[in-house]
Amino acid sequence: MRGLDLAIEPGERVLLLGASGSGKSTLLRALAGVLGDDEGEQSGRLTLGGAPPALGRAGLVLQDPDSQVVLARVGDDVAFGAENLGVPREEIARRVPAALAAVGLDVALDRSTEALSGGQRQRLALAGALAMRPGVLLLDEPTANLDPAGVVEVRDAVARAVAASGATLVVVEHRVAVWAEVVDRIVVLSPRGLLADGPPARVLAAQGAELAARGIWVPGREPAAPERRRPADPAAPALVSARGLAVGREGVTVRAGLDLDVRPGSLLAVTGANGSGKSTLAQTLGGLRAPAGGNLDAFGRGSPHRWRSRELLPRLGSVFQNPEHQFLRRTVREEIELGPRELARGRRGGEPRLAAAQELLVRLRLAPLARANPFTLSGGEQRRLSVATALATAPEVLVLDEPTFGQDANTWAELVALCAELLDEGRAIVAATHDADFVAALADRRLELA
Amino acid sequence: MSGHGVTAPARLESPAAGIAGAAPVAKLLGALLIALALVPSLDPVSSAVALGLELALLPLLRIPPGRLLRRIAPLLVAAPLAGVTIALYGRTSGEVYARFLLAVISDGSLALAGTTVLRVLAIALPALVLALTIDTTELADGLAQTLRLPARFVLGALAGLRLVGLTMEDRRTIARARRARGVGDRGIVGRVLGTGFTLLVVALRRGTTLATAMEARGFGADVPRTWARPARFGVREWLVVAGCAAIGALALTAAIVTGFWGWGVR
Repeated sequence: MRGLDLAIEPGERVLLLGASGSGKSTLLRALAGVLGDDEGEQSGRLTLGGAPPALGRAGLVLQDPDSQVVLARVGDDVAFGAENLGVPREEIARRVPAALAAVGLDVALDRSTEALSGGQRQRLALAGALAMRPGVLLLDEPTANLDPAGVVEVRDAVARAVAASGATLVVVEHRVAVWAEVVDRIVVLSPRGLLADGPPARVLAAQGAELAARGIWVPGREPAAPERRRPADPAAPALVSARGLAVGREGVTVRAGLDLDVRPGSLLAVTGANGSGKSTLAQTLGGLRAPAGGNLDAFGRGSPHRWRSRELLPRLGSVFQNPEHQFLRRTVREEIELGPRELARGRRGGEPRLAAAQELLVRLRLAPLARANPFTLSGGEQRRLSVATALATAPEVLVLDEPTFGQDANTWAELVALCAELLDEGRAIVAATHDADFVAALADRRLELA
Repeated sequence: MSGHGVTAPARLESPAAGIAGAAPVAKLLGALLIALALVPSLDPVSSAVALGLELALLPLLRIPPGRLLRRIAPLLVAAPLAGVTIALYGRTSGEVYARFLLAVISDGSLALAGTTVLRVLAIALPALVLALTIDTTELADGLAQTLRLPARFVLGALAGLRLVGLTMEDRRTIARARRARGVGDRGIVGRVLGTGFTLLVVALRRGTTLATAMEARGFGADVPRTWARPARFGVREWLVVAGCAAIGALALTAAIVTGFWGWGVR
């Protein structure tokens, strides 16, 4: 990004929008004074309250709830920022409970930070920022990793805290509907400067269509659900079926007594709050975890966790929540060809079937990136690649874990259209998700883990 | 959840009481004193006296027996193993009882073996048991405030320690992801190499985010840091240090008086 002229007045509440790669996060980090010298070039002038940004002058909350907890106890973590700024001990003792009250986190000060949910951890990070009494609060997609309840939790906590302290607010987020009521100004960035700037209603009315085209979630302009050409046949024989299934992780049963059938041409949505066992169930159905109890059968070959890894490829394809966990090769092309090559190793004298992999590269707009390292792709590109790697071996059942998590509207529409195509081809999909739009667009049946 | 009327006390001190609640720095210092007293001599008397005193004082820590046993279990396996090795291969002297290839069991090697077992137990028991009651956050408080180690270093290490747990979870997830990609049946070498790179990238991402989050909260700012919770070093802490020093001193004195001091070294 270059050539940006922007002034934000004290007490303003700004929603910062822009397509991915437009420099929103970089701008926030520069304002927080945490942009290292090795993280790019800078020209022009940036001031915060008349002075260059310095560590701790603005409060910054990031996206990932796991990676910004600093200390093991809630009270210590909230006090951390104030301690670093040299706030006297008695004053910190007053600020910590006040900050926790402001974000509505009603837990003991010695509670372990490990025991908090994602939404609670984000509110903890917010409390830590508030305890520094910053003039500006900077939020970088603070709700992108949360379930719907967590999103509301954090949004309301921010609104309350900002109203109470009068702090200036700058929030980056591509789901406009979440923040539209909290902010009084929308600023849209492009790599070449400002694209739009003004009160939310005016910006959305004048430029809503353009913003939506750039992948921003504009209220009233959400992407349309694709048409399904072939309705799911509820009587088709099940590919995977579970009776009285119990699932768990590391020896602890998370959920028991589950009955379900996965049928060709049909999408089963598994929903429920964070921690309800959606991912654990998805991994069990995908043959990646042993069931904790009950019966599970896939393709008449017994429980898939007993299969060889290679046997999974043409039958059960799994796509993980974090694409980076699944990348094993140096280039996008090698990554997508890995599955077909492994499959060929298992066949007698088999040549890998790479034509389908090539088609997928083109179909998912990854062909220009074929020589890029998977870890250097953007979030949307990584998601498309991780789906493509699973599809390259044409599995009959696709198991998706939060496929649309944190994706912009364009990637979302592509993923949904692709899923609809797969269903029309007669493949089955299991999707663990808390994306209500995704469920509404595609789900034939729904399993709610309450 | 209502955010108003939070009644949590504005108290950041740790609640543990008794000797078990003494500052971690005192416990480390105490374990170090015992080790310093016992290391120079290889005699059975100093080790036996120290171990006896330690066992007598152990109940003061009020550690539940089950937890205690679990923690010292490796020690109970390792110490006899060390003894057996010394009995077989230790310096031969006195009457020889058995020979097998290079292994010779003699009066001398047996005595040395017994002493070794006593010594390993006497030095490792206080270290393990005191470590069992150490809270890492309090240890960091003590290292930075009592021993005046640089806060940047201590807090950085403390925060990094938290990432280790997340990395273990990532490792399991990556192993499952490899299985899903069809390469989960490869041998241990392929698995370690393949998992290692992905794990490194994911851990570096987390580390970078954590570092950014810490800096954004003023970590490393040019201001003298304050501490919300004072690290204590009072009567209780001095008692722990003095107690451990006494164990070491009594053990040494007993060895010197009985003429055993320096026995195994000669």
